[in-house]
Amino acid sequence: MRRMFWVLAVLLSHWRRHPMQLATLLIGLVSATALWSGVQALNQQARISYDRAAATFGGVRTAMLVGRGGPTFPQKFFVDVRRAGWPVSPVLEGRIQIEGRSFRLLGIEPVTLPAEVGNAPAIGRGDVEAFITPPGQTLLAPETLSDLHLAEGATPLVSSGASLPPLHVQAQLVPDVMVVDIGIAQKLLNRPEQISRLLIGKTKGPREPLEKIAGDRLRLVEPDAESDLERLTDSFHLNLTAFGLLSFVVGLFIVNSAIGLAFEQRLAVLRTLRACGVSAVMLNAVLVAELVSLALVAGLIGLVCGYFIAAALLPDVAASLRGLYGAQIPGELTLRIEWWIAGVAISVLGALVAAATSLAKAIRLPVLATAQPQAWQQAQHRWLMLQSALALGVFVVAALLLRYGDSLLAGFAVLAALLLGAALILPAMLELVLHLGQRFAQRPLATWFWADSRQQLSGLSLALMALLLALAVNVGVGTMVETFSRTFVSWLDGRLAADVYINASDNAQAIAIKNWLRERAEVQAILPGARAETQLDGAPIEILGLTDHSTYREHWPLLQSVPDAWTRLRPGDAGFVSEQLALRLKLAIGDHIELPAPGGNWPLEVIGIYADYGNPKGQVAVNIAALIRHFPSIPQTRLGLRVDRNQIPGLVSALQEKFGLDGRNVADQATMKAESLQIFNRTFAVTAALNAFTLGVAGVALLTSLLTLGNSRLPQLAPLWAIGITRRRLAAIELTRTLSVALITALFALPLGLLVAWCLIAIVNVKAFGWRLPFDIFPLQLLELLGVAMLAALVAALLPVARLARMQPASLVKVFADER
Amino acid sequence: MAGNNNIVLSVRNLTKTYRTAGEQVNVLRGVNIDVAAGERVALSGESGSGKSTLLHLIAGLDAADGGEIRIGDALVTKLPDAGRAALRRIRIGLVFQQFNLVPSLDVEDNLAFQSRIAGRHDAAWQAELIDRLGLGALLKRYPEQLSGGQQQRVAIGRALAARPLLLLADEPTGNLDEATADDVLALTRDLVAHTGCGFLMVTHSTRLAATLDRQVTLHAGLVA
Repeated sequence: MRRMFWVLAVLLSHWRRHPMQLATLLIGLVSATALWSGVQALNQQARISYDRAAATFGGVRTAMLVGRGGPTFPQKFFVDVRRAGWPVSPVLEGRIQIEGRSFRLLGIEPVTLPAEVGNAPAIGRGDVEAFITPPGQTLLAPETLSDLHLAEGATPLVSSGASLPPLHVQAQLVPDVMVVDIGIAQKLLNRPEQISRLLIGKTKGPREPLEKIAGDRLRLVEPDAESDLERLTDSFHLNLTAFGLLSFVVGLFIVNSAIGLAFEQRLAVLRTLRACGVSAVMLNAVLVAELVSLALVAGLIGLVCGYFIAAALLPDVAASLRGLYGAQIPGELTLRIEWWIAGVAISVLGALVAAATSLAKAIRLPVLATAQPQAWQQAQHRWLMLQSALALGVFVVAALLLRYGDSLLAGFAVLAALLLGAALILPAMLELVLHLGQRFAQRPLATWFWADSRQQLSGLSLALMALLLALAVNVGVGTMVETFSRTFVSWLDGRLAADVYINASDNAQAIAIKNWLRERAEVQAILPGARAETQLDGAPIEILGLTDHSTYREHWPLLQSVPDAWTRLRPGDAGFVSEQLALRLKLAIGDHIELPAPGGNWPLEVIGIYADYGNPKGQVAVNIAALIRHFPSIPQTRLGLRVDRNQIPGLVSALQEKFGLDGRNVADQATMKAESLQIFNRTFAVTAALNAFTLGVAGVALLTSLLTLGNSRLPQLAPLWAIGITRRRLAAIELTRTLSVALITALFALPLGLLVAWCLIAIVNVKAFGWRLPFDIFPLQLLELLGVAMLAALVAALLPVARLARMQPASLVKVFADER
Repeated sequence: MAGNNNIVLSVRNLTKTYRTAGEQVNVLRGVNIDVAAGERVALSGESGSGKSTLLHLIAGLDAADGGEIRIGDALVTKLPDAGRAALRRIRIGLVFQQFNLVPSLDVEDNLAFQSRIAGRHDAAWQAELIDRLGLGALLKRYPEQLSGGQQQRVAIGRALAARPLLLLADEPTGNLDEATADDVLALTRDLVAHTGCGFLMVTHSTRLAATLDRQVTLHAGLVA
């Protein structure tokens, strides 16, 4: 043990003498761990929220009985099923509107509520008496209370005119959900003696078969390990994880480069240690112990940085998840102990992976040094060939995945294989270009420049691979976001065709507003709208009612349709489906679907498919009159208006004044568009931030490689200086070399990035969101990224080059005097 | 030559063959050498005669193809890597032409390094070594701040700090000027005499070889 300590002391003394190298190693590990852990913290935070949502009174985590014929069924089944030995508890679910805002209302029966149903015990059993005895309680999340600008105990009015029981905060609840006693819910939702589902407790005991009790009226739904929200958001988290992993890998490039250099510099010491009697086993054990110690320190620092990164990105991630999926994520970060442990573990694991080649060399290290530069060159050549062969293999895997893979994971695997293959083949490509340069060089200095660049390649290739990956991903994601942005804006122009949007507080107010509007000369058309919710193929969907009006015919963004589709929509036996719903259910024009409605299933022929970006739910658009016929109790509070552009502000003010509407209830088209674009931009803010981080880390990788290489460059440069090339010129040559290889790498990264963009647009987006986008190239954006890459290379090269330009002649002379 | 019971190094019928570029080179073809305690032996011969290879095999830095090497009662040729490492730690002191000091340790730590990992550190002996080698004023300096002669004195001190049975030196004065070389070798001879260990030095210099007790010349892989 004591011996190990002394060997460790010798190895650690290297870092004391080379603090910059130690800093490089730690920076690499810290950035890798920080970015990875930051992303994991965001994912964990979101998953905690999904669990919270899923656990709210029997989400998908609870077995339940649901009706076969419609969204609700008679309450008498509750009594029948419970008498037959089933430990069931009734729930009624619906939506209510308070001041124009829609909330999910859950009616529960706390006495029979199974104890294992999510956070039920805390909510249902906490104060059962206050909850069920008049006036009862409305339980809601603190966020919802603050959104409503109300205090606890308030009894707000819902759109039907009834008032809610006093509000009572229950921290475990998710936002936008209100929980009341089932009897109160039945009154508020106007569903007397009706229930939506029966939650089944886990109590074991004899039960009569369901068919004997309820015939075919009820259906058993088994619990699901994954909630809808988790399923929906999987792609988003996979995307974040992919970015985190990329940043982690790029960070590891820095670590690998620092460890590799330290190993090369300590080679003589390692041999001396072996000569002094340190066994190979002990030497390697101490090398691993040293690395693990450094990784633990860096891991802890990285975790703290990761926390701050996650905290900084959380508002945008929350906005993205809310905008894309309607998922509610709290704004504060809470981290579990597993996160800390996993963060430190990933740092150690990453360090070991990055050091694998150096450790393998140390294991095989011969005690006697063999100076065989030619053999080394041959080994390098062999390694290049092997790496290229491996790259080709990875490309074949990518092609096979592209051909036969049919999932989001396969899409990401194609991307990963593509990037890995490109990174592996990069050194061979650079070698080829530099070899050609050398072949065609005329002057001796130019020949030396190319030959020397080839020699430097092995030291720089890892950093260049990191630059390639970062740039390609930046190009890919940038192109995808720009394509999506343009498509989204033009889609929004069509979708938000009305000039003013109104959401009345209830049906009566909507009628009053309509009557008032009919008198206004500036109003060219009133377009009532309505929405209903139902389930299709086990997933919730929205049904959107559209008025039969030229505004929609001219602007609604239909991707595919039958001829004369809008006329065919009128009778109510046909509908348009959103692109993502069509993709999920594999629907095509002419197919038929059946929508569960209160009066029985509603058969519809699919006569059109439309884009519906940003909507997590599938959607069906039908004629509004038909929708009201099938869902008579839905609120008819939404109105769209066509108004003379110049008259919009006046009309909006008049509406606000006349009907007491605020900004949430009446908005003009420009405001709506601005809000939608803001959500869109926030959605990609996280991507942009991670993009920038990755490029930054790649820049650091290049800088550290150049700095470390700079130290070993003197023996090559000193002879040139000795024969009359000035230090300034040598510095210029070094700068040109770095910029040249960076330029070749960047030029290679551009087509690779476009391929990445194509994969994102044609595979990942379709699988993840159900959206197909056109593939466009934006030359200006590519030029901009090329400029950024060259700037990063210039900044990275400046410090070592300046150091060389200012180097004292004595340092160069030392090369010739130094016998070692 | 000392009596057989004082033999610290015994080499018998040692062979070593290298294969380079498909060609087989018999570097050692049955070498026999003995070194007694306190004896100072010079090993010389033309380039490629196998001097350094012999030294490396004795030190356990490389494995022999045939024959036997014994240091004290340890049969080097039968030892695994860990055993050979332990032997180098405790019974052998090695001095190289390139000094091979640890650049990140100062003189004091370099001197103590081998004795510490051998578990044989003796502060009084180290102080005596520092004194005899004239390193007292240089203890806090790093190798790069020392001259060649000073670095070699530190290397010799390190090699002797664990009180080895055998001191092996591969061209220890090859990087030094004549006066410094004489100086360093004189110090080494004195220390060997003082400690009573065996000393085997590879050298090209017949002048320096002549200052030792005995000369062994290798020619074409055999003792001439």
